[in-house]
Amino acid sequence: MTEHPTSLPSTDHAGAGRTRTLTINPVTRIEGHGKVTILLDEHNEVAEARLHIIEFRGFERFILGRPYWELPVIVQRLCGICPVSHHLAAAKAMDRIVGGEQLTPTAEKIRRLMHQGQIFQSHALHFFHLASPDLLFGTDGSATSAFGAPAAQRNVLGVAAKYPELAVQGVMMRKFGQEVIQATAGKKIHGTGAIPGGVNKNLSIAERDALLKDVPQMLAWARTAVKIARDFTMTHLVELLPFGSFDSNHLSLVRPEDGALDLYHGVLRAVDKAGQRLVNDVDYQRYLEVVGEEVRSWSYMKFPFLRPLGPEKGWYRVGPLARLNTCSFIPTPEAEAARREYLALTHGRPNNVTMCYHWARMIELLHAIESIRDLLEDADLQGTDLLVHGPRREEAVGVVEAPRGTLFHHYCVNQHDEVTMCNLIVSTTHNNEPMNRAVTKVARDFLTGKTEISEGLLNHIEVAIRAYDPCLSCATHAMGQMPLHLEVYDHAGRLVSAARRDSP
Amino acid sequence: MPDGSVTGEVPNAGPEAPDDPQTGDPARRILVVGYGNPGRRDDGLGPALVARLAALGLPGVTVESDYQLSIEHAQLAAQHDVVVFADAATDVAGDAPFYLRPVEPAPDASCFSHCVSPPAVLQLAAECFGAHPRGWLLGIRPLDLETFAEGLTPVAERNLGSAVDALREAFGIWRQAR
Repeated sequence: MTEHPTSLPSTDHAGAGRTRTLTINPVTRIEGHGKVTILLDEHNEVAEARLHIIEFRGFERFILGRPYWELPVIVQRLCGICPVSHHLAAAKAMDRIVGGEQLTPTAEKIRRLMHQGQIFQSHALHFFHLASPDLLFGTDGSATSAFGAPAAQRNVLGVAAKYPELAVQGVMMRKFGQEVIQATAGKKIHGTGAIPGGVNKNLSIAERDALLKDVPQMLAWARTAVKIARDFTMTHLVELLPFGSFDSNHLSLVRPEDGALDLYHGVLRAVDKAGQRLVNDVDYQRYLEVVGEEVRSWSYMKFPFLRPLGPEKGWYRVGPLARLNTCSFIPTPEAEAARREYLALTHGRPNNVTMCYHWARMIELLHAIESIRDLLEDADLQGTDLLVHGPRREEAVGVVEAPRGTLFHHYCVNQHDEVTMCNLIVSTTHNNEPMNRAVTKVARDFLTGKTEISEGLLNHIEVAIRAYDPCLSCATHAMGQMPLHLEVYDHAGRLVSAARRDSP
Repeated sequence: MPDGSVTGEVPNAGPEAPDDPQTGDPARRILVVGYGNPGRRDDGLGPALVARLAALGLPGVTVESDYQLSIEHAQLAAQHDVVVFADAATDVAGDAPFYLRPVEPAPDASCFSHCVSPPAVLQLAAECFGAHPRGWLLGIRPLDLETFAEGLTPVAERNLGSAVDALREAFGIWRQAR
């Protein structure tokens, strides 16, 4: 157990200029706490809310000195939630180190299939395990409002009790995605499929057929999931539009030639709240020209921003909401039709509604299973030309669109093949500022004028954070619980109210 | 079995289970799920236990290794009569090397976690698949959960050995329990 003292500096609103010291104890055996502090001004109005997430940066030091070819496997130890994303981002960087970035068709399609398997299982897990209770059980327990069922009900077991068929779908969709990963990566965990310059296996006919037989069912369930998310949004539109919402910039990869949604490879594109290009299809090897990272005294996690706009105006969102705002279209027909319907809500302009993350995520789920089907029907997957090497490099960047958003891996490798520098920017870090803003918005809407923390406030903060599907478990595995801590401080820095939601 | 005991009475597997429909084998189908991060030293005790059991090739025992428990483990659990959840545990009493405790189905109330607890896996197995396997939690004492490194500490290795011995004893009893 490590202790990292951090400070809660008085803000302008708090006056006095004094500093209170909080101690956060990151316990590596658990994912960490979703700790939220709310700072009130002297009129008991919400001045600011802060989401404290513990990020383990030690991994970047741990891998220094390791041989580069170990990276695609060893980086999977970073995270039990999205190991495949780290596997592929590191492999893409190592492709460049060995001069093998122009993959063979077989290698690229195997990797794309692996990645879509990860997207599919991750989006299904989030929707059915974490988000669906918010969408299925009304607000404050009533059927007319959007989110507020009792805490004990707002989990997958609550869904299983009331909608058993949906809970089974969630389990089986997650399982299918894991099977795609196992078939392409060799193993469900610690996969070795992607190696510098290619892959170490193709997909056999037997493996292909085993997956293909389940595709029609997965497609049907994905369509249902899109409908649930769409219907929920449209039914509760008045309540959802302002909920934790704010205008923002958006960043993702898009396909270089036509701006299509591309989760595996592309160029960096950023747009503002109205859709104006801020970053116009930049090669991600130059990401440091585009993205900066700000450090704030009260948080372990950095705050990325677009350099052309600076830290104050350059923050942005990543993930499904952002991707559907940046891309020009989705290159699979059913997901593209769903995107067009989704875009109609905002008259074709970027969608800045935080709760629309869920709908966007399900459109990507549909895209993932369409892509899996198309890839499985491609004979290149049975090809035997798996590896490419070329001129050696000493520095490289690998980027993928992970389920939660853009994931950067940046490495330097010396002439002895040892890693000498590593910088990672994970999706949840990109969304750090937006999550803080979402929590602040919710706190202002539901706490202002009061100092007592109500059950409703806890519910609403949970829902706002959960929309981003934050991954809080990098570098450790979880014990199964993710309690939410909420503390309210007055303008003098005195703790005036606190609440904690644990498991029953 | 008291915490860390390597001898003594091994708990009965519980109510009678049906025969294996595949083989007609009346013995119980046992699943061991070991979970943790092998890149964080002794956090990898669960996967290490699974590797040991896999090498032994014990009949009727299925092993599964993962970073953490997730909802799809409910479907796997539903196909077995006895499920052992094996993990590094910081709450092993005294100097005991491990504990083996019964687990009952129960819900989680996680806000953001992508993983589920052993009780929730059993609850999902019941709710989604109508299955009621008997659950056990094998908690093995770690020494180092902080270091980014692979491989167990010598202390954890010893504790793992004790846990494997006890588990094999338990398998013998559970498999024959009718």
